[in-house]
Amino acid sequence: MEKKLIVSPSPHVHGEQSTARLMLDVVIALLPALIVSTWVFGGRVLAVTAVSVLACVAFEYLIQRFLLRGPLTVTNWSAIVTGLLLAFNLPVSIPLWMVAVGAAVAIGVGKMTFGGLGKNPFNPALVGRVFLLLSFPVAMTTFPAVDAATGATPLSAVKGMLASGMSVPEVMRMVEWSDLWLGFRSGSFGEVSALALLLGFVWLLYRRVITWHIPVAVLGSVAVFTGVLWLCAPDRFMGPLFHLLTGGVLLGAIYMATDYVTSPMTARGMVIYGIGIGVITVLIRLWGQYPEGMSFAILIMNAFVPLIDKYVRPRRFGAIKKA
Amino acid sequence: MLRTFPIGGIHPQENKISRECRIEAMPLPETVTIPLSQHIGSPTEAVVSKGMRVRTGQLIGRSTGFVSANVHASVTGTVTGVDTFVDAAGLRRVGVTIRTEPDEWAEGIDTDDRIVRDCRLSAQEIVARIAAAGIVGMGGATFPTHVKLSIPAGKKVDVLIINGVECEPYLTDDYRIMMERGEEILIGARILASALGVGRILIGIENNKPDAVEALSRLAGVVAPEAEVVPLRVKYPQGSEKHLIAALTGRQVPSGGLPVDVGAVVQNVGTALAVYEAVQKNRPLIERVVTVTGPSVLRQANLRVRIGTPMARLIDYCGGLPADTGKVIAGGPMMGRAVANLEAPVVKGTSALLILPEKEARRTTAQTCIRCGKCVSVCPMGLEPYLLSRLAQKAVWDEAEAHHVTDCIECGSCSWRCPSGLPLLDHIRVGKTEVMRIIRSRKA
Repeated sequence: MEKKLIVSPSPHVHGEQSTARLMLDVVIALLPALIVSTWVFGGRVLAVTAVSVLACVAFEYLIQRFLLRGPLTVTNWSAIVTGLLLAFNLPVSIPLWMVAVGAAVAIGVGKMTFGGLGKNPFNPALVGRVFLLLSFPVAMTTFPAVDAATGATPLSAVKGMLASGMSVPEVMRMVEWSDLWLGFRSGSFGEVSALALLLGFVWLLYRRVITWHIPVAVLGSVAVFTGVLWLCAPDRFMGPLFHLLTGGVLLGAIYMATDYVTSPMTARGMVIYGIGIGVITVLIRLWGQYPEGMSFAILIMNAFVPLIDKYVRPRRFGAIKKA
Repeated sequence: MLRTFPIGGIHPQENKISRECRIEAMPLPETVTIPLSQHIGSPTEAVVSKGMRVRTGQLIGRSTGFVSANVHASVTGTVTGVDTFVDAAGLRRVGVTIRTEPDEWAEGIDTDDRIVRDCRLSAQEIVARIAAAGIVGMGGATFPTHVKLSIPAGKKVDVLIINGVECEPYLTDDYRIMMERGEEILIGARILASALGVGRILIGIENNKPDAVEALSRLAGVVAPEAEVVPLRVKYPQGSEKHLIAALTGRQVPSGGLPVDVGAVVQNVGTALAVYEAVQKNRPLIERVVTVTGPSVLRQANLRVRIGTPMARLIDYCGGLPADTGKVIAGGPMMGRAVANLEAPVVKGTSALLILPEKEARRTTAQTCIRCGKCVSVCPMGLEPYLLSRLAQKAVWDEAEAHHVTDCIECGSCSWRCPSGLPLLDHIRVGKTEVMRIIRSRKA
């Protein structure tokens, strides 16, 4: 035989999905939200995003090249996704050097200390964000005004109004629902437009990047928890739709909680994890110091993932029930 | 909503390029090499020797136990050797080589094309004829059919399932026989049902072959009223016995069990056809349909080939090996075996020769696991491939066993889906083999 044949075990074909392509799809899914944010908050959105993405990629490259000295994985888009998500969780007015510090913590501490992609227990972008929130609380919670009225986010505004003795129906009348859907509101710049985020969700489902389990479990548990409270005491608690559309719930449920590395492996595990995130978020929002609890909720549930994976097993074909 | 199996599964590109190619008889090759073992079980012992003249259909290898299957001369001619040859995997095996002459059929074989419908044989007689004809599972598993028809004491079978799923991409040999030899398949199915003593036959066909569903349903009305043709949702690996049973009946074969444990016996459409030939025509298993296909193959074909024909002759007949060839696979792209030696013979279990261009044949570089969970969601057995593969790499056999590595059916869905290109199944196979060895040694 003059021609050498390749011999390897089956399967001999491979699906079209690759890590790089999956990450690229996440980037594509985030573009609508980026466009809306730029429209609402102006060109500085792009500056913050660019600094965040470039810093994440640069730190990953440098750490891999000079500290870990392992194979370079920087080409698989994952650092770009981390950079985008970190930026999306920042106020547009944040000084750019802080963005770079956040990126250094996200990649350096959140990801590379554990060995890089696939090994980190906590969502790197959220590690970076929470580091910034604890280190620079003023810069991280100063949001530019979208309209002349206020610079506060809807969540903190409502929390303040309720604390000052206003009743829920009075507050509800002041909520501009269309602004919550479209994005004309204050907040971290990536979280403002519910419609843009949902559009990206459809793309992720269509491309089979993620399954419905985590987002639906997070959003469903937030809706049920706040819905029950609202039905029991409608004058004290805001309705579920308000909680779903404000703060980082949609951004977190669709893009952050679904991070492959830091979420469970099985469908049932994903549902448990999602419910945990939803419940903790609502607890922090209603009874905690912070107006928003999404980042903390995800990080807390990240810590439970190894436990969930250990005890929640997939449904097996032909499993024999123990007598 | 069409029926399918309950857990996992994937949908690879179907690529049934050769589906419109009618079955054509391949001209007899100059020589054939017929392996003495083409089945799961003990090898046969040769009953011919060098220099003897044999006729087409004559017994040349006698089965040496219950789990074994006779081997017959697929051509007429002179035995030039009973010796070692190199098989498709590159291993040395023993086979009978015959220099071919024009066909002279062995005594008692009916070579007429006329279809014989009636069969008045008893169950024992049917099983005896099937055993004599050396029939094995034609889907590729090559388990001796007469063994599958002998139901262990205490077990009861109530349904015969005929497997016309053909869920592997590229393969069209089962589709072609369903389209062209449907009536014989149905008669074969009836014969199998009466050998088992069951009154119910379910024929599962994936719905990407609606014309086969239609053709067999129409014929069933005429020749096999007890048979029901069931279209199934297209999903790999539906052709797996366990998954086809689940799709058609909702019953799950228990872990470590066999189809008879849920009252089912599964036979491939090709096996049903071979049973028809054996019982109604007294014709042993000496030929089969082989799909020759691939993106660059000059002439796609479904060939009726004598067992023992060198694979290279089929490829020559279809326009030769394309210049961009990287890999030749005996069987489908998901579960077939890569061929190392093209001079190796076609055997009873060779359903196809798939020729893949080099760029499709190369694996991508494996990257790190990103814990996406896709391997878990596609595993049709509900296993955790990422975990099993890791346990096997670390040689933690007791944990691999506890996580049911022996349930793996090696369908390859996990490796196919893995976005990091990890060779999950390679590692799991190692783990499965090792754990099975440990379990056997524990019993011993």
